[in-house]
Amino acid sequence: MIDKRVASIEEALAGLGDGMTIMFGGFGGAGVPINLMRALPAIPAKDLTIVSNSVRFLEDYAHALFEEKRVKHAVASAARSRGSASGISELQLADGTLTLDNSPQGSFAERIRAGGAGIPAFYTPTGVGTPVAEGKEHREFNGQMCVLEHALTADFTLMRADRADRYGNLYFRGTQGNFGRDMAAAAKCTVVEVREIVDDLLPTADIHVPGVFVKRIIQLPDARDA
Amino acid sequence: MSHKALSRNQIAWRAAQDLEDGMVVNLGLGMPVLCANFRPEGREVLLQSENGVLGVGPVATPEQEDRDLTDAGSQLITLIPGASIFSSSDSFAMIRGGHIDVTLLGGFEVAENGDLANWDAEIPGKGPLIGGAMDLAVGAKEVRIMMQHTTRDGAPRLLEQCRYKLTAPNCVKRIYTDLAVVDVTADGFMVCEMIDGLGREELQARSGAKLRFADNCKVLATPDV
Repeated sequence: MIDKRVASIEEALAGLGDGMTIMFGGFGGAGVPINLMRALPAIPAKDLTIVSNSVRFLEDYAHALFEEKRVKHAVASAARSRGSASGISELQLADGTLTLDNSPQGSFAERIRAGGAGIPAFYTPTGVGTPVAEGKEHREFNGQMCVLEHALTADFTLMRADRADRYGNLYFRGTQGNFGRDMAAAAKCTVVEVREIVDDLLPTADIHVPGVFVKRIIQLPDARDA
Repeated sequence: MSHKALSRNQIAWRAAQDLEDGMVVNLGLGMPVLCANFRPEGREVLLQSENGVLGVGPVATPEQEDRDLTDAGSQLITLIPGASIFSSSDSFAMIRGGHIDVTLLGGFEVAENGDLANWDAEIPGKGPLIGGAMDLAVGAKEVRIMMQHTTRDGAPRLLEQCRYKLTAPNCVKRIYTDLAVVDVTADGFMVCEMIDGLGREELQARSGAKLRFADNCKVLATPDV
């Protein structure tokens, strides 16, 4: 019997350790795995690489990871903290504690999609003529200069959906899906927090992510209600 | 002569008048999203948001608010009938695959060859924020920029060469400012419209590259929105 349900956050994050790469779903406040992020600092893992469209959600919900200098590298399209003062990740970027692969959002999403689809790299015109293309392989296609972008994969993906079933099939509300839809396939261990694990299996038309991409599901209330 | 520069809403109103029936449009953060409020009646303009929505409707009223339904700027939105929601990679397939007719973006600087700088103002202690700007600048069929004609200190933003890091080279087609509507042509900047009460020399003095003026250069007039 296929059953990807786990009962505790400890089980959900089991195996997460030093030197690992973790992807985080969520955009604009929707689909952010806030419960799992909050649980991360308690896991004794360091030298982490984070893959997240914006660094600041992790700064909001797992601040101790930065305070304890356990994040060494970030892949993100946005590395700007809230407000006009420097956030901890910005200070660490400035002093070199944290390094950044600043990726245009479309290249970022496609690198994740490619990672999940077994495509090691691809060419795109996005970024040519800008700092993000510096040092990367260039090649012209149909008269247009392109830059080689490498796929992204991870040890863990943490994301939030609305409903799941024991197969790991996922249903999103509104715009929860965003990067999570792509990240689910790109990690060895995709952990999804959901509002509800249904008793039966989800109706086929409601399945936005096939369970094959998901390893663990855990039912946790919406952290924004707390 | 005395003149009155356009407000942000007036710039947005003017930019919105150029959105045609049937267009698929992505509006950037800041001033561009204001264009959604000024879409001319009777035209179906589909708004795309890069977090994965095609068919963005008005910003949600308090009764309509749903925390799981946002745009790329974290605003709580509504959907229009026929709207679709999809993954980030599909959203950028739309953007990078040439399926967006027009993107309206904010800008720091535009050069006379169409180079755009709008992502890194090099603020000390603040990290970079590319977001979807580079993809939109390269992938949309047409890139239009909305910005103040000069910085707060009066320095020009229309330049021979951008000083800030580029978002993309040679991509801007049209610029809407508080003083003028300027096209980027093979011969550089061409002013199509400018506000009343401002002389051509005065507009040139507020610009960092040579301006040419269209033969039928019109008055840039907007309602008091």
